[in-house]
Amino acid sequence: MTSAALSTVHLTPGQAAWRRFRRHRLALAGAVIILVLVLGSALGPYLLPFDDTYIDIMKRFAPPFSGAHILGTDELGRDVLARLMMGGRVSLSVGIVAMVMAMAVGIVVGAFAGFYGGVVGAVLMRLVDAVLCFPTIFLLLALAALTEPGPVTTTVLIAATAWMSVARIVEAQVRSLREREFAVAALAFGSSNLRIMFRELVPNAIAPIVVAATLNVAQAILLESYVSYLGYGIQPPAASWGNMLNNAQIYLTSAPWLAIAPGLAITLAVTSFNFLGDGLRDALDPRMNIP
Amino acid sequence: MARYVANRLAQAMMLLVIVSAIGFAILHLAPGGPLSQFAVSGQMTQEDLDRVTRQLGLDRPLPIQYLDWFGRMLKGDWGKSYRDGETVLTVISSHLGATLELMATATIIAVLLGCWIGIIGALRRYSLFDTLATVGAMIALSIPTFWFGLVTIYVFSVKLGWLPAGNRETVGDGSFLDLMHHLIAPALVLALVETAMWGRFMRSSMLEVINQDYIRTARAKGMPEWRILTVHALRNALLPMITVAGLQFPTLLGGALVAETVFTWPGMGRLFLDSIGYRDYPVVMGILMFSAMMVLIGSLLADIFYAVVDPRIRVG
Repeated sequence: MTSAALSTVHLTPGQAAWRRFRRHRLALAGAVIILVLVLGSALGPYLLPFDDTYIDIMKRFAPPFSGAHILGTDELGRDVLARLMMGGRVSLSVGIVAMVMAMAVGIVVGAFAGFYGGVVGAVLMRLVDAVLCFPTIFLLLALAALTEPGPVTTTVLIAATAWMSVARIVEAQVRSLREREFAVAALAFGSSNLRIMFRELVPNAIAPIVVAATLNVAQAILLESYVSYLGYGIQPPAASWGNMLNNAQIYLTSAPWLAIAPGLAITLAVTSFNFLGDGLRDALDPRMNIP
Repeated sequence: MARYVANRLAQAMMLLVIVSAIGFAILHLAPGGPLSQFAVSGQMTQEDLDRVTRQLGLDRPLPIQYLDWFGRMLKGDWGKSYRDGETVLTVISSHLGATLELMATATIIAVLLGCWIGIIGALRRYSLFDTLATVGAMIALSIPTFWFGLVTIYVFSVKLGWLPAGNRETVGDGSFLDLMHHLIAPALVLALVETAMWGRFMRSSMLEVINQDYIRTARAKGMPEWRILTVHALRNALLPMITVAGLQFPTLLGGALVAETVFTWPGMGRLFLDSIGYRDYPVVMGILMFSAMMVLIGSLLADIFYAVVDPRIRVG
């Protein structure tokens, strides 16, 4: 066998993962859409001649594609496209930051529970079970109603209701990795427990963690849109995809485009993150692949 | 079996204690704690507030207050609504029926449709049907339920005028047909996500079963294919669905709340939102605790029922 033939057989794990991921066309499409949404919200507002909070009462309820306003205007004459882009900044940031927070909490709780096991593990995991008993949306709304609304509060509260699934995944991984030779070797070297947990065990569980993180962003964007839609999340005049739908229901008969644009944006973003997570699951760990 | 049930019951009781502790902590998160309603109204002086605090025992140490609160909850004393002075349990039970009606209808649709899609998908793996179902399920899981509700209202109520835009019945009508007419849209919207979930779980459960040795044995014996599928495969593939039902419960309840808010359905979810709007904390807390308990009991029942139908579980 020639060396060229051999080199195609022996792929590094990264290359093999990239191959499997590339085959997952919907995940690839998801990644591209996410990129477009992020760039569009980040750069779009600079290219648009309209400000997202500029009120032009004479031009209210302009339908889409009817003039200068590509996606029309809302009940106060604000440009819908500008609001969609600025709202995208808020919704996507809330989703991603909430995911990072949820991951941090979930990884720490899961690592401690999985590593120490026994009473510590039991107490931590029962706490996870208990929080999971509350339907997420009820818990989130109750907390949001009791606190001062705003982007920071909303993000923290979403994270507070989303860390449990990560904790479960990390706990299971750490509990099984703890028994493996490399972990035992690290212990024999005299590494501290914290070092073993976060430098040896957690990095070896990175594949399921990355998948969970991606799916977590999708969940966080959905939750943000719902609390903001009900008026307990991001507050106007700032736009978010959720609070743009807040008034849309009243004008459903006369101005349906106000409901369509933000809803499509949310669906597009959430679908993309979900497909991306699915593709990453196939790519990073073929064994995790649910048939 | 008795040991398994006792074990599982003890676990559930322990969870209930932690759940109630979380509920108690949330209650005290409210600005001004349980007395915030009076503090906000401004009709009471600081002296009055101090007096009420003492009368209600809110100056005692928190652990004592918690035990007292937990004890009263177990006895069914969940406090009174600020809004109309009714007991919290009365208010909740008067809205429970509407929510259960919505949840039950959506579940029936989702179980039948989801299981069918899942089974066909597993039997014809990677076929066009399977691919469409898998992609469709992912999209269904990604659409915000409340927005899908809005779109449904726009298409079927505003444009076509086929279905009412909300509520449980027409005022002054309330016949069976009228009730059904109002039920269709919210039930289908809620069923969308549930169907996707059931379809996915059913597909993977069925795939797992049809690759088992005993299915090959049945084929080798020359048993007709339909008999293999119905008698051997399906019976075993449906078993894990009991667990799925238990796991799905919180999502279903949360989804019902979302659907209720869009369709102004007079159930627990609508009550929850209204109570939040009125800052009616006893009812908000009541619904939160009530739903957590429903979830707890739901998963307990699912586990016990599973052990009844599948003897392998009891040993482990």
